[in-house]
Amino acid sequence: MMTRILGLLAVCAATALMMTAPTARAEPLRIVIDDPTIEPLPFAVPSFQPETGEAGQMAVDLARVVSEDLVGTGLFREIPASAFISSVSDFNAPVQYADWKAINAQALVTGAVNVTGNTVNVKFRVYDVFSGAELLDANGQGGLQFSGTVDGWRRMAHKVADAVYSRITGEGGYFDSRVAYVSETGPKDARQKRLAIMDYDGANVQYLTGSGSIVLAPRFSPAGDRVLYTSYESGFPRIYVLDIGSVQRRVLESAEGTMSFAPRFSPSGQTVVYSLSQGGNTDIYSMDIASGQSVRLTNTPAIETAPSYSPDGSRIVFESDRSGSQQLYVMPATGGEATRISFGEGRYGTPVWSPRGDLVAFTKQNKGRFHIGVMRLDGSEERLLTASFLDEGPTWAPNGRVIMFARETQGAGGASSLYSVDISGRNLRPISTPEGGSDPSWSPLQK
Amino acid sequence: MDTGHYISGAGHLALIGWLLFGGIFTPDHLPVEMTEVSVISSEQYAALAAAQQPPASTSEVAQPTPPEATPDVPEVTPEPDPVIEQPEPVQTETPPEDTPPEVTEQTLPPQTEVEDTPPELNEPVGDTAVLVPEVAPRPIPRPVPRVAPEPVVQPEPEVKPDTEEQPAVAPDAEGETVVEEPQEAQTPEDSTTEIVTEADKAPKASPRPPGKRPAAPKPAVVAEKPAEKPTETPAAKPTEKPAEAPAETPTPKPAEPATADSGAINDALSEALAGAVNEAPVPSGPPLSSGEREALRVAVSACWNIGALSTDAARTTIIVGVNMNSDGTPVAGSIKLLSATGGSDAAAKQAFETAKRAIIRCGGKGYSLPQEKYSQWQDIEMTFDPTRSR
Repeated sequence: MMTRILGLLAVCAATALMMTAPTARAEPLRIVIDDPTIEPLPFAVPSFQPETGEAGQMAVDLARVVSEDLVGTGLFREIPASAFISSVSDFNAPVQYADWKAINAQALVTGAVNVTGNTVNVKFRVYDVFSGAELLDANGQGGLQFSGTVDGWRRMAHKVADAVYSRITGEGGYFDSRVAYVSETGPKDARQKRLAIMDYDGANVQYLTGSGSIVLAPRFSPAGDRVLYTSYESGFPRIYVLDIGSVQRRVLESAEGTMSFAPRFSPSGQTVVYSLSQGGNTDIYSMDIASGQSVRLTNTPAIETAPSYSPDGSRIVFESDRSGSQQLYVMPATGGEATRISFGEGRYGTPVWSPRGDLVAFTKQNKGRFHIGVMRLDGSEERLLTASFLDEGPTWAPNGRVIMFARETQGAGGASSLYSVDISGRNLRPISTPEGGSDPSWSPLQK
Repeated sequence: MDTGHYISGAGHLALIGWLLFGGIFTPDHLPVEMTEVSVISSEQYAALAAAQQPPASTSEVAQPTPPEATPDVPEVTPEPDPVIEQPEPVQTETPPEDTPPEVTEQTLPPQTEVEDTPPELNEPVGDTAVLVPEVAPRPIPRPVPRVAPEPVVQPEPEVKPDTEEQPAVAPDAEGETVVEEPQEAQTPEDSTTEIVTEADKAPKASPRPPGKRPAAPKPAVVAEKPAEKPTETPAAKPTEKPAEAPAETPTPKPAEPATADSGAINDALSEALAGAVNEAPVPSGPPLSSGEREALRVAVSACWNIGALSTDAARTTIIVGVNMNSDGTPVAGSIKLLSATGGSDAAAKQAFETAKRAIIRCGGKGYSLPQEKYSQWQDIEMTFDPTRSR
């Protein structure tokens, strides 16, 4: 009996507890937000602080190039210095977040430059203004730093910008990279072409060949130290390998009476895949650079060309007219059965596998217009990014986010120049080069 | 017979003869009349003139009026003033101060006009008549009060349909009773589901008093009802039902082998306490309206900029938890990533930073949330889904 009473008392006590329970917190409010805004992120880059007397101009220039790199992506918008409320006079001083919030600077980059002789040292910090947090703080000391030569100051600026860009967006960087291309001068019927190399933004152009013979389709090696290209120097198109550092070159051996062109390195850098035309038939071959041994990968009466390796080197995407029109196909790197991946209207050519491996960029000709487009490897999600009288020759930025290509204007006085576009189709921008340009090839990120 | 003819012949002759010759005498009558008139005219003319003078006196009466009119005119003008003042209170109903200055301005010009027209006798009378029509436009606002009764007429037809529905009100009254019944039925539904589980448990926990055990949980259920009803029934029900069922059912099962009374007490305690714990998330206060939720959603969306996100992060859906201060500002340190789908860990981290930035940036001055419902939005889980925008 006592236990029953005790039990009843216990239940009553528990009931009293339950009566007081409603004072506890409520269930969290749940809302779904699916309508984002898509616009450039506002940021501020005050001039870097010169820590030595020689660093004054360098500090200004470095901040300017960092800003230009970020703005050039189309993902960022610079807040002009005239809008700044507070200045950064000490690299190590705490940031006045309120002053930067007031002008809606969502990211803030500060830096300090030390120039000693021929050595430049750049320190920089990145802040998420509204979170009130420093973003690059790998070693707990805050910020990062790079060292280099005075002549290479632009590379340091690109490296700083890459770090900022990568930290804020989550994409890999691509500013500290170079582009090989064919520099063109003169009218269409007497155009002179030289192999050239430049920074990704068009600065620091270097010419690697003279204008005595026609050169085509330079392709960077995966390490960025060599360039493959096709030259008519011998009267027939032949493939050369050029060492950028020494500007030394050598021809890849090919049989007499054949034409070889459209070369591209394998991801390992030890093999070259290319097209070889013999007796009116063009097929794809691969060659071991060291031994010169070549292997035929396709064997059809159709024209197969423009091969490009997948990032893992296991497959090759190429163009072929075996179906009657020029389309894109994928086959194993060792050859074998090819699978067609393009099925849209028009003709598809010059496929390039994305460094991420998820997309293929291509040139499409349809109804008298040329387009640069991307599609998945199964041919789905085709997106045309550009449209003009003549767009061709896409090449991927090292991070797989941006594509550079050549655009030629119409008419006898038409000229070719380089453009870049985000794979979203936004931010189409011309690349400033001293002369006309075509056949760009983006290098990997420099070490 | 001949006499008759003679008589008639003589008569006719006489008539013809009078007709022929009688006209000669007519001019004689005319001068006679003329002479009479001329004779009378000398005397009677004066009499007639004297008799005609009284009508002329009207003109004489008119003559004294003009001098009287001039002094009277200013007297007439003050008269219209009170007349004008009468519409003033009428207009004071709607615009009290604006109309009076208009009235005074209009009264002054008629005074000058009247002074200019004093030579005309009848015109001052007409001026007063003119002043009256000038006042007449002011009565025009009077139709405004006439309009007022018109809408009064309109509500009457509104009342009429009400009367028409009155017969329907009677079934409503019946319906009210019917509605009350399902309300009572709803609460038993909750209680039945709970009673079923607890009743099942109670006898399992204490087989000896099976009759009393169900009696004990009943008041517990009754205690839950008042707690739920004033707060929020819709949000509470879905959370409680799944929470109680799994929480309570496992606890009595291990108690089944233990038939000891102490075990039964412990079970009863654990059951009740489990119930109390499950009661904890019961929200208090009314839930946010859809408009209030939408306002919050729009406010956060405005700052959620994925323009600088990687393509991978822009495909990643994340759920972010945030605690709110009572002033509507987010507690910055409380913002945390709860889950992510559709991308890598790095992409989720990037997407979270963007979401966090959005919450802080647009919540800097506090989100517009109803203070009285603070307990409803003290904790918020925001799902950021960028995939639909692509």
